Amino acid sequence: MGLLADAFGEGSILLKGSVDNRSAAIELAGELLVASGRATKGYVASMLDAVEKFGPYIVIAPGIALAHGKPSEDVIETGLSLLVLENAIEFQHSQNDPVQLVFGLAATDHESHIELMSELAQFLSDQDSVNSLLTCSDSEQIRLLLG
Amino acid sequence: MKIIAVCGMGIGTSVLLKINAEKVLKMIGVDATVEAADMATARGAAFDAQIVLTTPELVESLKGLNAEIISIDHFFDLEELNIKLSKALL
Repeated sequence: MGLLADAFGEGSILLKGSVDNRSAAIELAGELLVASGRATKGYVASMLDAVEKFGPYIVIAPGIALAHGKPSEDVIETGLSLLVLENAIEFQHSQNDPVQLVFGLAATDHESHIELMSELAQFLSDQDSVNSLLTCSDSEQIRLLLG
Repeated sequence: MKIIAVCGMGIGTSVLLKINAEKVLKMIGVDATVEAADMATARGAAFDAQIVLTTPELVESLKGLNAEIISIDHFFDLEELNIKLSKALL
């Protein structure tokens, strides 16, 4: 498995997730990081705080959010989670709403995940890959896509 | 030439911006370093970049810095980065 697929721990991918609002979406993406052993509940709170404080800047491309807090003792291991939403949610972003893919990111420091982010950027730059994530019917398929 | 990619926390959004900005700088042949930073670092006294890359949501908070602020909507669209960076640099 490659670096990108490895970043998604067991139980870190949820398909057809159903939430009512932005906070619930971020929280669920965070819970997936907790479930897969990459962060504690305290980290989920910091992911929510980030958006409260700085706004919906985590929506990095049309339909895609990268929810994250900052490196802290709440991060157990660098990792990613993915929540694919059944129904897209408004994040109140100026350009890129609505959001259907919510990635959660936990990083132990500011440097060690840069190569991982580079692979994620490469993957998400390809619109076919993004479309495939949206149409996958099980998380194993998604793992194969991630390489 | 120093460019800073800024987001709230300095680990996610800004790192993605840095990665793609470096690709574009190579394409257009500009020699510059790109650093990822959080809001606190960007606003701090040590700040010495000529260009700040960030997202539309954070532009207001960064106003007043002695650097050109470029706002990027779609982080994976190298064309958008290319157009905006070329305009500022070439």
